[in-house]
Amino acid sequence: MTHAQPAAFGTAHSIAAAVRSGERTAASVVDEHLARIDAAEGEVNAYNHVMAAEARAAAADLDVRIAAGEDVGPLAGVPVTLKDNMCTRGVPTTCSSKILEGWHPPYSATVVDRLAAAGAIAVGKANLDEFAMGSSTENSAFGPTRNPHNLGTVPGGSSGGSAAAVAAGFSPLSLGSDTGGSIRQPASFCGLVGVKPTYGAVSRYGLIAFGSSLDQIGPFATDVADAALSYEVIAGHDERDSTSVAQPALAVSSKLDAGVEGLRVGIISEMVGGSIEGLAPDVLARTTAAADALVAAGATVDECSIPTSIHGIAAYYMVAPAEASSNLARFDGVRYGLREDGNNTAAMNTASRTAGFGDEVKRRIMLGTYALSAGYRDAYYGKAQQVRAKMAEEFASVYERFDVLLTPTAPSTAFAFGAKADPMAMYLNDVYTIPSNLVGHPAISVPFGAGDDGMPIGVQVLAPLMGEVVMFQVAAELERAAGGAA
Amino acid sequence: MSDASTGVSASGMAPVVMIDRGPDIHEPSIPDDWELVCGLEVHVELSTATKLFCGCANAFGAEPNTNVCPTCLGLPGSLPVINEKAVTDAMRLGRALNCTVQPAVMARKNYFYPDMPKDFQTSQYDKPTNENGWLDLPDGTRINVERAHIEEDTGKSTHVGGDGRISSAEYSLIDYNRAGVPLLEIVSRPDIRTAEEAKAYVSELRGIVLALGVSDARMEEGSMRVDANISVRPRGTDELRLRCEVKNINSISSLGRAIQHEANRHIDLYLTGDRPIQETRHWDEEAGRTRSGRSKEDAEDYRYFPEPDLVPLEPSAEELQAIDESMPQLPAAIRSELMTAAEIGVEDAGLLVDRGDAVFALEAIGAGADGSRVAVHLINNLADGVGALTPASFAELVAMETGGDLSSTQTKEVLAEMAGTGGSAKDIAAAKGFEAMDTGELDGLIDGLIADHADEWSRFCGDDEGDAKKMAGFFTGQIMKATRGQADGKVVAQLLNARKG
Repeated sequence: MTHAQPAAFGTAHSIAAAVRSGERTAASVVDEHLARIDAAEGEVNAYNHVMAAEARAAAADLDVRIAAGEDVGPLAGVPVTLKDNMCTRGVPTTCSSKILEGWHPPYSATVVDRLAAAGAIAVGKANLDEFAMGSSTENSAFGPTRNPHNLGTVPGGSSGGSAAAVAAGFSPLSLGSDTGGSIRQPASFCGLVGVKPTYGAVSRYGLIAFGSSLDQIGPFATDVADAALSYEVIAGHDERDSTSVAQPALAVSSKLDAGVEGLRVGIISEMVGGSIEGLAPDVLARTTAAADALVAAGATVDECSIPTSIHGIAAYYMVAPAEASSNLARFDGVRYGLREDGNNTAAMNTASRTAGFGDEVKRRIMLGTYALSAGYRDAYYGKAQQVRAKMAEEFASVYERFDVLLTPTAPSTAFAFGAKADPMAMYLNDVYTIPSNLVGHPAISVPFGAGDDGMPIGVQVLAPLMGEVVMFQVAAELERAAGGAA
Repeated sequence: MSDASTGVSASGMAPVVMIDRGPDIHEPSIPDDWELVCGLEVHVELSTATKLFCGCANAFGAEPNTNVCPTCLGLPGSLPVINEKAVTDAMRLGRALNCTVQPAVMARKNYFYPDMPKDFQTSQYDKPTNENGWLDLPDGTRINVERAHIEEDTGKSTHVGGDGRISSAEYSLIDYNRAGVPLLEIVSRPDIRTAEEAKAYVSELRGIVLALGVSDARMEEGSMRVDANISVRPRGTDELRLRCEVKNINSISSLGRAIQHEANRHIDLYLTGDRPIQETRHWDEEAGRTRSGRSKEDAEDYRYFPEPDLVPLEPSAEELQAIDESMPQLPAAIRSELMTAAEIGVEDAGLLVDRGDAVFALEAIGAGADGSRVAVHLINNLADGVGALTPASFAELVAMETGGDLSSTQTKEVLAEMAGTGGSAKDIAAAKGFEAMDTGELDGLIDGLIADHADEWSRFCGDDEGDAKKMAGFFTGQIMKATRGQADGKVVAQLLNARKG
C-alpha cells in the first residue's frame, strides 16, 4: 500500500510561478493540499496539528496582496510543513512530547517568519521523535508516522513527519531539524532531497533545542532546485542567534546547471569498507553507482580517510545527550506545559518530568547528566569534544584535496516498525550522517534509485564549512544522473 | 578621633572607612590565639539599560513579570544574545581590580530552582573574563582577587506558608523581572583576617564600582550582595579548616557582625572538641546569629559545560586600550589626592569619597579655596549634601572666610543658605549685613577693654597658660558682644596676641 505522491500538485517552483502570475490562486493551492491531507493523513500520521484555518486565512490574504500587484515573495502560495519543534506563534508546538502538550508559543521561530515573508503558507506541524531523539519517529508521544512509500515501514527520523508530509504530497516543501542525521536519513527513506546546512547558516531562534551545538534546520523537497530555493529563503544571518554566520544566504541555486566537470570527489574509505557494520549491499551498490555517475559527468573520484569518523557515534552520544540534559531541564512544570502535583516543588518537578517525558528522552537525559557529572566530565564530555576537534582537523586536511565527499546516507532502506527496538541498533543508523553535525559542515541527501525492496535509497554529499554552493551543484548532477529531476 | 580646632581627624589615625557607620560590632572579638580566615563573594548587579541576554529593561521595582520576554523566561526555542555593554563593564571592573582581563567562555551551571527559568544559570566557569587581581585597602592591606566573572541573575521567589522556605511553602510566587539581569561575581582569595578588613574590602570595592559607574551597588536593594566564606585557625598556623558560607548579609555593618559571630561559633566548637560542618548558613539580623542552611556535603554537582548558544568572548586589543584610556580616577587615587590637597587623614578623605563629595572638594580646592576649610565644611556642615552649591561659589565663600571677610559663624550661616537656595556668597553675606570689621575699629574696642579690665588684661599677659586662655575667651566674648558677633574670631585672636607683645 503506498501513499507516495510527492509534489502531488507541482513543485514549489512551479506553484510559486503559477501563483505569482495569477494562473493559480494561493487559496486553491492550499485547498488542494488540505484535501490531500484529509484523504491520506489518517494512515500516514504526518502531523501533530494541521493548520487548516490558519493556512486558508494566510492564502486569502496572499491572494488579496497578489491581486493588488504586490510581490509576495519567491515561495508565493507554496504550502510548507513545519517540524513540530519549531515555535509558531499561537499554534500548538509540542516536540511530540506530553510535557509540552497544549503549549502555545507567544512567538515564532525565525525560519517560520522568513517562510511567511517569502509567501509560503504553513499547513501543519509535523510529527517527530520526541524532542528529535530518534531515527524512526516511533518515539513520538502521539503515535508513529508511517512511510508513504510503504505504510509498514518507518519514515525515518527524527523529522519523519516532515519527510512523510512531502512524500505523501501534503506539501511540496517542509522543514526539519538535523542533530545527527534527522533530515538526511528520513529524506533517504522517503525518496526526497534533504539538506543539513552548515552550522550557523540557518537561524536556530525558535527551534526547541536538542543538542545546541549540533542542531541545524534544513528543508525537505522533491527536487534539488526546490531544496536550493527554500535554503535561500531560510538561510542568512539572524541577530537573535549568536551562533548565526554573519553573512547573507549563499546563492546555492546559482550553479545547479554547472555540472561537475573537474570537481574532485572523495569517498571516505571508512564509510564504505568493512569497518562499519550493517551497510546493506544494495545501498553500497547505489553509492558506487553514484560515484560512477559523477565520473561519467567529468568529476574525478578517489578514496580518502577520516579515521575518527568511526568514533562519530560514540562522541555524538556524549555531546548530544549532555547538551540535551541541560536544554530539557526547563521542562519542570513551573511555567508551561504539563504539571503533575507534588507535596513540594521538587516533588512536583519530578512528577511532571516523570509523566511528561518518554523513555528515550529519559534515557538521554540520564546519559547526558552522567557524561557531565563531576569526576566523569573530562573522560566523557571532554573526550568527545576532543574527538570533534580531531575530526574537524581530518576533514580540513581531506578538503585540501577534495571539493566534496560522497557517502551513503543511511546503512539501509526504511526498516519495519519495531525492527530496531534495541537503542544501540537504532543509534547505528546515523553512522554516516553524524560526522557532519559534529564538525558543523553541510550535507545533503539526494535520492539515487531504489533498493532490492523497491524502497528509496539516498546518497549523501558532504561539503566543507559554507560549501553549500558546490554541494548543491554536485547534488543536482546526481539528480540528473538518477533521472529524478522533476 | 577628631581634632577640636579643625574638626578634621589627624592624619593616619583610624585605618578603616565605612559607608554605613552602623552600630559597632557587639560580638566579642576573636580570641588572640585564633585567626580568622575569610574570603568574600560579592555580587554586583550591573546597571545596564537592558538585561544580559535580551532587550528587556533592567529596572528595579517594576510590576512583577512585566520586564520579561521569551529569552529571559527561558521559553523553549529562545536563545541568548550577550549584552556587549555588560561585557565591557565587567572588563572595566577587571582592569580596576588589577586582574588579567582575558578571552572568556560563558558556561552553564546546571541546577533546578523555580525562579531560574532555564534551570541552568548562564555564568562563567574555567575561563572567566577577569582573573588574578587585587584590591588594596585604604590602610595598604592587599586582598587578592581570584576572579570577577559575568553571570545572570535569577528571578525572585516569595514562598507563602510554612516557615517561608521553599521546602515547606504552601505555594510560591515568582517574579522574573530580575531574571537575566547582568551580575558580576567578584571572588576574593581567603586573605581577609579581621571583620574590619572585610568591611573595608566591601566598602572599597563599592567605591570602585561607583567610580566606574557600572552599578548603583545598593546592598539594601540587593544590587550588591555579599556572601562570606569563614573559617578559623590557631594563630601562627597556615592550615585551612572547614569553612561555612554565610549568606543573607544585608549591610556592611551586618557583615562585620556576621563574621565575628560565625568565627566565634567555630572557635567554640573547636574548644569543646567538636568541629563545624561545611555548609551554607544564613545570617539572622534580628537574632544576631547564623542559622544552618543547606549542607555542602550533599552539595549539588553543577555539571558546568561551555554554553553552546553563545560564542567565546574575545576582547580586542583596541577594546582593552579604550577601557584603560577611559578609566576614571578610582577611590584610592582620589583619597590620596585629597589627603595632599586638603591636608587631611585617610579616614576623612575616605569619608568624602564615600559620600561622593571628593570630586566636588577637589574642584573647589582647584578654584583656589583653602583645602582644610573645604574639608571641614564638607564633613561637618554639609553632611546632608552640597545642595545648590557649586565648587566655584563654595571656593568664593571659603576665600571670604580665610581672607577675614566673614567669621566662621557667619560663614556657616551663609553656607547653609547657599546650599539651600544657591546664590553667591557676596550677595548673601551682604544681604545679611555681614560686613568685615575694620581692624582699626577692633583696635579701638580692644583699647577700651584694656582700660576697663586692667586686671583681666594682666592675667591674659601672665605666665599661667590656663588662666591666659580663660582671659582670651573673656576678651573675645566681650568683643563679640560689642560687635554682635560680627567680628572674626581669628582676627580678634591675632589682634589680642599682637597686643600682648
